[in-house]
Amino acid sequence: MFETLTAPLRHLGHVTVNAIWRLGFASRFLLAILLLSGQSLRRFQLTIREVYFAGVLSLIIIVVSGLFVGMVLGLQGYNTLSRFGSADALGALVALSLLRELGPVLAALLFASRSGSAMTAEIGLMKATEQLDAMSVMAVNPIARVVAPRFWAGVISMPVLAALFNVTGIFGGYFVGVQLIGLDEGTFWSQMQNAVDLHNDVINGLIKSLFFGIAVTLIAVFEGYDATPTAAGVSAATTRTVVTSALVILALDFVLTAFMF
Amino acid sequence: MKRSTIDLWVGIFVAIGIAAVTFLSLKVANLTPQSADTSYPLYAEFDNIGGLKVKAPVKSSGVVVGRVANIELDTQRYLAKVTLSLDKRYQFSRDTSAEILTAGLLGEQYIGLVQGGDPDNLKPGERIGLTSSALVLEQLIGKFMLNFAEKGAAKEGSPAGSSGAL
Repeated sequence: MFETLTAPLRHLGHVTVNAIWRLGFASRFLLAILLLSGQSLRRFQLTIREVYFAGVLSLIIIVVSGLFVGMVLGLQGYNTLSRFGSADALGALVALSLLRELGPVLAALLFASRSGSAMTAEIGLMKATEQLDAMSVMAVNPIARVVAPRFWAGVISMPVLAALFNVTGIFGGYFVGVQLIGLDEGTFWSQMQNAVDLHNDVINGLIKSLFFGIAVTLIAVFEGYDATPTAAGVSAATTRTVVTSALVILALDFVLTAFMF
Repeated sequence: MKRSTIDLWVGIFVAIGIAAVTFLSLKVANLTPQSADTSYPLYAEFDNIGGLKVKAPVKSSGVVVGRVANIELDTQRYLAKVTLSLDKRYQFSRDTSAEILTAGLLGEQYIGLVQGGDPDNLKPGERIGLTSSALVLEQLIGKFMLNFAEKGAAKEGSPAGSSGAL
């Protein structure tokens, strides 16, 4: 009787302690990556290989999603703005919403689900098949050889992908607003140029995406490295990567926005 | 270390990223390098600048000829001192007048320059003498209300007066 009553409490305590323990391990893991990233920077080929898998192969999904997000922004923005007789401000609306929020956040969410999950699965499977242990036996540090290059590749790729998302989104908005609806092209661009500030909007958006890149890749490599070395464990770790990344991106976005704007 | 096809793809990837950032800064944020070579400063003093902001456009006949570079309060005469940075291609005569206008009913405020007839042009750093302040909506409404009240009082005094209220 007493057992069944305290079981949920004990479970809650276990989950909390486990979460704090993992948070501490993740922080130490980040420190270890930073300390051991000398090799991934000296042998830059390793990092370049990972940039190819994490960044270059994400180009298609980023470009296509950016285009559609921009087109939807153009359509919805036009419908709402034309009610107030200010459809001319469509360029400013599309550019500002993409640069400040949608570009970095959506690019990071896509990156987490496409590349982050792949990183977790790969590292987790390496752990499950004891490749990481084999490396340690050969005096190759798996964090320096496997984890750090992936981490830096994610940090490099994320701002590039976010910038590309912004550009294609703006062209999507341009396509709908100017080519389909028939707004004036000059007004579209000049309204945008008047509203967008280089430091406030462009640079801050890129700083945001850099933070997201660090967070997403750290979560991805950590979940992979920390995965239970079984098929089910790797699968659970991949799910956790996507879920945790999405939550961290959105929470971090709120904090960064509060600081920046 | 050999070159591989992956290097090429990563190179293209990074180049696309640089191109995207360049596009965003040049075309979207309109960071046209306005150095001292291509622009010159002018000053104008206004009683009230309303909602004018730094970087607001300076237009002449609707054409953007420069931007507002700085706004400060002259603490000796308590007037707003606005520094304009104008394109060197556009020279204005010494009796040019400057006024603060609003784009649309509630749009952003900008400075409109109207060319005068003086054959001599303003030199860099000189002051535009003729200025007119921004229209502040609250003051306008206040004046209108005062006017209305006065008329109403006059009307009560002489019921035969015309109903000339706006």
